[in-house]
Amino acid sequence: MDKPSPLSRPMVNRPGRPARPQRTAHEVVSSPEFKALVSKRWTVSLVLLVLLFVGYYGYILLIATNRELVATRIGEVTTLAIPLGVGVIVLAWVLTAFYVSWANRSYDPEVARMRSELRQ
Amino acid sequence: MQTTLGTPQLASIGFFFLIVGITLVITYWAARRTKTSAEFYAAGRSVSAAQNGLALAGDYMSAASFLGISGMVAMKGYDGMIYATGWLVGWPALMFLIAEPLRNLGKFTFADVVAFRLRQRPVRIAAAVGGILTVLFYTIAQMVGSGQLIKLMFGIHYELAEIIVGTVMLAYVLFGGMLATTWVQITKAVLLLVGVTLLTGLTLSKFGWSPANLYREVVAAHGQAALEPGGLVTSPAEAVSLGLALMFGLLGLPHILMRFYTVPDAKAARKSVLYATGLIGYFYVIIPIVGFGASVLVGRDLVSRMDVGGNMAAPLLGELLGGTAFLGFIAAVAFATILAVVAGLTLAGASAFSHDIYVSVIKGGRATEEQQVRVAKIATVVFGVAAVALGILFKGQNVAFMVGLAFAIAASANFPALLLSIVWKRFTTQGAVWSILVGAVGSTAMIVLSRTVWVDVFHFASPVFPMKNPAILSMSLAFLTGWLVSIAAPETKAQERFEDEKVRTYLGVGAE
Repeated sequence: MDKPSPLSRPMVNRPGRPARPQRTAHEVVSSPEFKALVSKRWTVSLVLLVLLFVGYYGYILLIATNRELVATRIGEVTTLAIPLGVGVIVLAWVLTAFYVSWANRSYDPEVARMRSELRQ
Repeated sequence: MQTTLGTPQLASIGFFFLIVGITLVITYWAARRTKTSAEFYAAGRSVSAAQNGLALAGDYMSAASFLGISGMVAMKGYDGMIYATGWLVGWPALMFLIAEPLRNLGKFTFADVVAFRLRQRPVRIAAAVGGILTVLFYTIAQMVGSGQLIKLMFGIHYELAEIIVGTVMLAYVLFGGMLATTWVQITKAVLLLVGVTLLTGLTLSKFGWSPANLYREVVAAHGQAALEPGGLVTSPAEAVSLGLALMFGLLGLPHILMRFYTVPDAKAARKSVLYATGLIGYFYVIIPIVGFGASVLVGRDLVSRMDVGGNMAAPLLGELLGGTAFLGFIAAVAFATILAVVAGLTLAGASAFSHDIYVSVIKGGRATEEQQVRVAKIATVVFGVAAVALGILFKGQNVAFMVGLAFAIAASANFPALLLSIVWKRFTTQGAVWSILVGAVGSTAMIVLSRTVWVDVFHFASPVFPMKNPAILSMSLAFLTGWLVSIAAPETKAQERFEDEKVRTYLGVGAE
């Protein structure tokens, strides 16, 4: 390498681990696997974000535009609005949990593999 | 019912001293482990995912959410629930968009991330301005609210309440740094969740453990309207704008973002968001039951007689169901809630000043450990004293808009620059600076000119800016500015360094 590895900039301080990469950072970043990983990460994120938007803003807009519907009684006095509100909160948690389980299952192993290629 | 609320009671004072005592022991223990700057700001990155999840929940669940939402449900019914959902939905967005990159790229503050490949000086200054403004408005709202609440619950003077909050909180941050703050937040989160769970259980036990029975009584007392949406959400644009501010404001709150540097790595950061979302979600699901319970068992008359805003619904319900001792516990928990939130805010404000301005701008990144910690502590004291002074200065003012302002600035100034710096290769120094400034000035100006301040505080006849919440406009404006300015004058150096940034963002290589 003609220039110092970008990984040994002053901000990075990992004593006792001389970088002896099998691939440089540049090679890893330009590799198709890395690009695929990044694009998969954002696809998953954005799909989940869209679902969150549909759930939450859908709920808000439904209340703003169709109050009769959300005021419909589903029990003796209980309105549809109550399970809808709880549903938004549950949805938010389920989406978060899905992301974590996806990242643990699929993202982390890929990252570990690429990191091992980058440094011994 | 007769209430002892507002008069000093042995139980309240006993629980109060117990909680303060426990947290000071924590601080003593933490102080011995807090010497370096990484320990002061980030608890030595030793906090586990579950601990950080609890601490995030402790940092986020303010007295406003505990007393305010239960009070809103008690007084207005279902609208309080709409409000509660808005406070939760930012957490998944935080996870999907920035949690892991934030952890991998930064050191102590979110400005580390924005400035990663841009020119340090201008970006640090702009990001610190955005961060400090957010923290300042949030702090004023918390301090003024806490002075009033403590006065209501313990019957002590407003000024004395401010000074107690300021002193105890300063002790945590000054001596114990982030480690003490984290454990205070964990303690508070556990106490709050236990307290609200007990309140919910006691309430439901009065209705045969069936929410349907509770709702029937609510309708019998206050009509079917209590279970239907009321006046909170009427205009779709307004509703979406408020939702955007609540959702993306979270992604720009410095005291929340700072917590991600306390965990060892991105994986732990990710898990901590899941814990936090679960805990906060649980809290928001059960808190309406407390509010509905108070509206039936305590009655809206007494709740509004104690406090027009309805904030005393939960403490009153506690007294009714568990006697003076339980009221004391609930009041002390509310007090601990305030302390923990203000401590987190103080640490965030101090770090923006000492780490971003002093170390990175004034000293050009070359400060010794001793200097860094000393300046951090000085900044902490300055911020703590300012918080008390502002709390007293704004006594009796209507500061409800300030939380909205803090979220609007966070969503419009801090979040766009943070996101663009993570994902967009062609983002430039000027783009970041202008995006932050336009977001901060734009959202502040729009709120000042809106009904919330122009009419309600300044008493002008009609607002200049038509919307109550400007986030939909000010946030878009900040993104647009960041994009236009970056396109107009490209910064080759920043583009070249994007490769390094990506290795660190996605693989965590070199993360501190």
